[in-house]
Amino acid sequence: MFEIIAKSRFSERVVCLIVKAPMIARSRRPGHFVIVRVGEGGERIPLTIADADPEAGTIMLVVQNVGVSTEKICALEPGQCFTDVVGPLGQPTKIEKRGTVVCCGGGVGVAPLLPIIKAMKEKGNRVISVLAARTKDLIILEDQVRRYSDEVVIMTDDGSYGRKGLVTAGVEEIITREPVHEVVTIGPAIMMKFVALLTKQYEIPTMCSLNAIMVDGTGMCGACRVSVGGRTRFVCIDGPEFDAHQVDFDQLIMRLRAY
Amino acid sequence: MNTDTTPKSPGRDDAWRRELRDALTAKQRSAIGRVEMPELDPAYRITCNEEVNCGLTREQAVEEATRCMDCPTPTCMQGCPVSIDIPGFIKRIQIGDTDGAASVLRLTSALPAVCGRVCPQERQCESRCIYNKMGRKPVAIGYLERFAADNGARPEGSSAAVAADAPRIAVAGSGPAGLSFAGDMALRGYRVTVFEALHEIGGVLKYGIPEFRLPNTVVDREIDYLRSIGVEFVKDCVIGKTLSYADLKAQGFVGLFVASGAGLPRFMGIPGENAAGVMSSNEYLTRINLMGAGRPGYDTPVDRGHRVAVIGGGNTAMDSVRTARRMGAEEVLLVYRRSEEEMPARAEEIKHARQEGVTFLTLHNPVEYLTDEQGRVRAMRVQRMELGEPDASGRRSPVPVEGAIDEIPVDEVIVSVGVSPNPLIPNAIDGLEVSRRGTITVDDDSLRSSIPDIYAGGDIVRGGATVILAMGDGRRAAAAMHRALTR
Repeated sequence: MFEIIAKSRFSERVVCLIVKAPMIARSRRPGHFVIVRVGEGGERIPLTIADADPEAGTIMLVVQNVGVSTEKICALEPGQCFTDVVGPLGQPTKIEKRGTVVCCGGGVGVAPLLPIIKAMKEKGNRVISVLAARTKDLIILEDQVRRYSDEVVIMTDDGSYGRKGLVTAGVEEIITREPVHEVVTIGPAIMMKFVALLTKQYEIPTMCSLNAIMVDGTGMCGACRVSVGGRTRFVCIDGPEFDAHQVDFDQLIMRLRAY
Repeated sequence: MNTDTTPKSPGRDDAWRRELRDALTAKQRSAIGRVEMPELDPAYRITCNEEVNCGLTREQAVEEATRCMDCPTPTCMQGCPVSIDIPGFIKRIQIGDTDGAASVLRLTSALPAVCGRVCPQERQCESRCIYNKMGRKPVAIGYLERFAADNGARPEGSSAAVAADAPRIAVAGSGPAGLSFAGDMALRGYRVTVFEALHEIGGVLKYGIPEFRLPNTVVDREIDYLRSIGVEFVKDCVIGKTLSYADLKAQGFVGLFVASGAGLPRFMGIPGENAAGVMSSNEYLTRINLMGAGRPGYDTPVDRGHRVAVIGGGNTAMDSVRTARRMGAEEVLLVYRRSEEEMPARAEEIKHARQEGVTFLTLHNPVEYLTDEQGRVRAMRVQRMELGEPDASGRRSPVPVEGAIDEIPVDEVIVSVGVSPNPLIPNAIDGLEVSRRGTITVDDDSLRSSIPDIYAGGDIVRGGATVILAMGDGRRAAAAMHRALTR
């Protein structure tokens, strides 16, 4: 069950796994996530589904090695299995024809952004993607993103690839250049916070996808609660996507440091 | 005219029962003192997760069973939500027929070993025992139920009974309601599949109730029995997400029982409640009970506060304070807005919590959590309360004492103020009628929902009740669905 069919390495700390999970592959929509577990003593870890192939019965997961549990996941090889994969969880992305949509992703945030880019394009939007990372080696899924984007802007902190600068610089340039009807942002909480501050100035509706601490992923534990527009919401069942202008990112960042 | 609807104990007029009644006078019987449950020493038990109550010995059980008067109108049965034949099983314990006692229990209860441990007997069966009227302690019905269930043989199951072409029935959720329903339907010859969202079968019995109160082995015995009679379990499957209602129909399922529970923790909505170090009791208990947090070999982390406050007065609050002691907290405060008398928790849990060194701060209610520079909780501000007029629940409602607010340092807070129905399935099935509270609306008798082949029971219908009511729902829904399918 939940066998790893293929594995590739995007960078030293980021791997891409193709996992056998036929029921999930069939029922998932862009924006959905799964909870995975490795070993009987393993932790339950939420991961957004980056892509799925219903025919082959597989889903694609992109994982960054940041701790004990993600290290175990990244160490899995083809032929080995996840102990558990449950999903698809969360609310799917609202995909509408808006006109021009800017999709900006930072680091491994590009993985959950990919299905949204794809769906936005298929819906008839003009899609401009902004991919950002610290350095060239950490830019992932560029070819796939290019396939579904009308334009791709690459930003690196050190200028080793694309333009030097933060993601916000890339996004602002597009906003000042042409009318943008929606911004979608996925990446580290601090990045999404600054993208939201920027787009708020320009009053462009902005959607973010939050990565919170979770245990069950079905609404039971409340570990993933976040303040949105002054109301406490659960990322697992109300999200993971919210109006970025309403999210209390400082609280989210503080809660992400809880463990 | 006979308007007496009091349940009677079947077989009360059998010769052996009469002989037992004639053997002792009421006076001799009532002279026997109520048995004390043997339990682990508090100092030892807070170092481990072992079950606190050790169970009665055979001698203790027989003596306690002797106390039961075998009343002509057993009022204890009125106090039982599922009207277990209480004198019937107790008298069998008295004559040493533990297997027979267990069979009597199983006629009505699918989970007697569980209910014997977690039912609030002092508010149900035992509260109606004739001994109360005599100013004496009631017969220890719960202890005896546990004794019979633990020690009596259970019927041997055989999955051969379920035909390969039997109609297929799906169950969403493997807690007490789902397990009871599944067992009853399997015994009626259906092919039953129970779908569980988590990676363990048992629902709240596993993730919620700690092992020091309900060991997992007790729950696993019930699950193994269900497997032996042909029930199939599928883990990691969320009905409404992984498989839709339409998928189930396409796979040939002719009925669905929704028993997805009340798995949505409530918070109070006060300032600072989203601070790090403040969590729901569901999160705290799930990390420890289900995920093994704090034990070697388990990766899931959990906060280990030195000064822990648990907010609430129910069983889950008691489970949380007692767990916090076992996790090494030096000081554990139970903060409850009413007085101890109004606490909904079982009397035994309150007693055990006290023995284990928990400090009770009743008539207090948190109004704000204060944090340090890192955003972690460092103190709580609590409002002193006094009791006013009785509210809708009949309990005197707490009223704030103006200006009486104290600040108490804490480094971990566990909020245990109740749960709401899990919205996952109600949101996922079009046309399923749901109340304003989020519970699935069902017919009171049949537990049938607004969709004819979907039934529902337990906390997804009740909002937050007891194991025995959930278990009773499972059995009633099974009977009703079977009637509908065979009509």
